[in-house]
Amino acid sequence: MSEARSPLFMPLVLVGGLIFGFGLAYSQMARPEVVLDFLQFEDFGLVFVMFGGAAVTGVTFFLAPRLLSRAPLTGDRFERRLKSFDRNVLVGGAIFGVGWGLSGICPGAAYASLGIGNVSILWALAGMFLGAYAQGYWRSRSAAAETTAAGAD
Amino acid sequence: MTEMVTDLVALQLVGELFPNGISRYAIGGLLVGLGVTVIYLGTGISAGASTFLESTLSYVSGQSRFTQYVGSRDWRLVFTLGIVLGAGLYAVIYQGGAWTTAVQPWRLLVGGIFVGVGTRVGKGCTSGHGVCGVGSASKTSLVGVITFLLVAILTAQFVAAIGVSP
Repeated sequence: MSEARSPLFMPLVLVGGLIFGFGLAYSQMARPEVVLDFLQFEDFGLVFVMFGGAAVTGVTFFLAPRLLSRAPLTGDRFERRLKSFDRNVLVGGAIFGVGWGLSGICPGAAYASLGIGNVSILWALAGMFLGAYAQGYWRSRSAAAETTAAGAD
Repeated sequence: MTEMVTDLVALQLVGELFPNGISRYAIGGLLVGLGVTVIYLGTGISAGASTFLESTLSYVSGQSRFTQYVGSRDWRLVFTLGIVLGAGLYAVIYQGGAWTTAVQPWRLLVGGIFVGVGTRVGKGCTSGHGVCGVGSASKTSLVGVITFLLVAILTAQFVAAIGVSP
């Protein structure tokens, strides 16, 4: 990220979050029951949330780098979100799938769920922080152990 | 006449697959994409929701997995706050009060733990891989989405089959 961030950076992120959260609530994805109905093949409507979202971002990610040079509020270049593929994508995806299928909630929808007044979702949010902490603790330690081992050679 | 029967059958099929119609899902999805677009056009950042879990932990923990996100933790907090408030705005306009899930707390807690581990190990969630990654035609994200979708379907069907409800 570039040094000079416009003072409008945070307000814009807030507005983006507002639209994102309003959309999640509008789509009903903030309700675990609706996600579970989808996963149990009782209402396939949820595919339109992901398709709808990906269709808009698809156009954005395709056009922005071609029509605009740099992002106005950061001075950064427009790049595609490409993450490297390895075994973790499959292992992590499967673990996430178990959690999503059991609870009917994913991170963004959980924040939105809190917004629609669903206090019970604090259970899920507590779980998500616990899980994120556990894997981060474990992986930070293994990374440190590897560095130490390499240094001792 | 035949045409009318075919139309009726088609309508019934649509009704069965989409008992609540598709407009609320499609409009909601478009808005989710618009939120990502607004942030991307202004900042060049494609925002996902699950990194917030680790970036926020960097406020209280010095583990290297979390401190790598110190640079982005402030805006991720603002993004998440926006999501909560945006959903709250929806609730005020259309819901007329709070709504609470009937899904049992243990499912939310245990499922949440798996979500917390899985999204971070798997490099993304429904918004990062699903909306941003698929929108970028990223092969990694497509594989991620197919993996978590299939496993989630199997899990939800299994949980329902053994009689857990809701």
